[in-house]
Amino acid sequence: MSLLRAEGLSKDFGGVRAIEALDFEIRPRAVFSIIGPNGAGKTTLLNILTGIYRPSAGRLWLDERLLEARAPHEFAAAGIGRTFQNLQIFFNMSALENVMAGRHLHERCSVAAALLRAPRLARAERACRERAAELLAFVGLDAYAGAAADALPYGALKRLEIARALAAEPRLLLLDEPAAGLNPSEIRDIDRLIQAIAARGITVVLVEHNMKLVMGVSDRVLVLDYGRKLAEGDADAVRKDPRVIEAYLGAGGD
Amino acid sequence: MLALAAAVALAPLALANNYHYEIAILVGLNAIVCVGLNLLIGYAGQISLGHAGFFGIGAYGSAILAARYGWPPVLALAAAVAAAAALAYAVGRPILRLKGHYLAMATLGLGIIISIVVATEDRYTGGPDGMSVPPLALGGVTLAGERAWYWLVGALLVATVWLSLNLIDSPLGRALRALHGSEVAAGVAGIDSPRHKLLAFALSAGIAALAGALAAHYTGFITPGKVTFQHSIELVVMVVFGGMASTFGAVVGAAVLTALPQLLTVFKEYEMVVFGGVMMLTMIFMPRGLVPTLAALAARRERAP
Repeated sequence: MSLLRAEGLSKDFGGVRAIEALDFEIRPRAVFSIIGPNGAGKTTLLNILTGIYRPSAGRLWLDERLLEARAPHEFAAAGIGRTFQNLQIFFNMSALENVMAGRHLHERCSVAAALLRAPRLARAERACRERAAELLAFVGLDAYAGAAADALPYGALKRLEIARALAAEPRLLLLDEPAAGLNPSEIRDIDRLIQAIAARGITVVLVEHNMKLVMGVSDRVLVLDYGRKLAEGDADAVRKDPRVIEAYLGAGGD
Repeated sequence: MLALAAAVALAPLALANNYHYEIAILVGLNAIVCVGLNLLIGYAGQISLGHAGFFGIGAYGSAILAARYGWPPVLALAAAVAAAAALAYAVGRPILRLKGHYLAMATLGLGIIISIVVATEDRYTGGPDGMSVPPLALGGVTLAGERAWYWLVGALLVATVWLSLNLIDSPLGRALRALHGSEVAAGVAGIDSPRHKLLAFALSAGIAALAGALAAHYTGFITPGKVTFQHSIELVVMVVFGGMASTFGAVVGAAVLTALPQLLTVFKEYEMVVFGGVMMLTMIFMPRGLVPTLAALAARRERAP
């Protein structure tokens, strides 16, 4: 039983193959990491899994059912959330509003109710605000709730993206380099946060260059190189795999 | 909100004659258009260069239905507003699926088409000579006189601002601001960006048409002058000048840029030079627009000891 299964996934950009005939499956409640050298196709894969790119070939199965979503918001509605390597914060809003926007899928709001400020809507807004504040506390940003998003330091923005993604209550959360650019103590916080997210029963897909973080939290690791699967297995098996060592350190390293 | 209502209620104390009322009504109508346009430009981050076209559909639609087909003016007005919103929906639906400023190009073309149709279909519109429009009447009561119109437009302006503030403060408004901030992140958060942009576009078109229809019935005579590309640009400038993503900014922008040319008539032939100078200085020293810049300044004053 898999939560997400990819079958023959490929993506071409003009003549360039970014992803080639990729098969993998992600088990529920696992931390599944994707690693590989720069340009291996990791972010391209996340973009396919969230509907930002359409694959050139291949199919995706969510809960053993063919995933028919096309636009990003349909992937979100199917239960897939993500964060971005190069931050995609709503800088025109407060930190709390960023997380509230993440709850969009769980809010019912007609145009008439919005224009007339219906009492039912006011109650729903209060609940949404409380839920968003809880999530900010969960990622350790309660101190910033009222602050404008553009006033937050870099490390806090990384966690704000995680809180916003969690607000949609995804079953599958894709984290694109959550530790990039963070100092060692911030990376330890992210490590703990990923474990806390997994403990909530959310399946995590982690794309990350920090090997210490990857090897510590992952149940399973997929190694990509030039868009193809180089190796897959648990952290220990992947770490010892000679092909992985070669791809990372270069041929003739011995 | 209360300040705006108070301003509308107290302004007549400063309005000495019918000419002053006329300008106040004009300010109110432009402000209504700008509050709607601000939803699109300031919040959804899309630019329309054809809103004078929707203003024109409201004006001519309502005028033609009332004058040529004998519809009750209130019904004609409602039909014209619905038609403008429907046209915006039909035009926006394919275009707003694309990312980027394609809407600006499409509305530029649409606005020009509408202005050409208005100028050439003289059987219906009277062509460049314009056409007369019956006054607004409901149940046998005819709305006449500058003062009556002032209160109607003032009330509608306050209502438009209230509705707009409500919308911005709702999950729909949050979705609009989110897709303006990052369309890709909005999509991943489950926000259907094309649908929300379309909503803002159709709503703003309907509001522009409402103001257009009111303007037609108020003046009793319309010409293609208000349906031009230049008027579309003036409307965008009012929103940007007042401050994007600021509802009160849109009102202030409309008020200043509608009233300023009237005040500048003392400069006679240099009027447009002074007008352009005011615009340039504002944009250089207040790039975020009048109201947001002044609000930030006031906030800083308050924090400083």
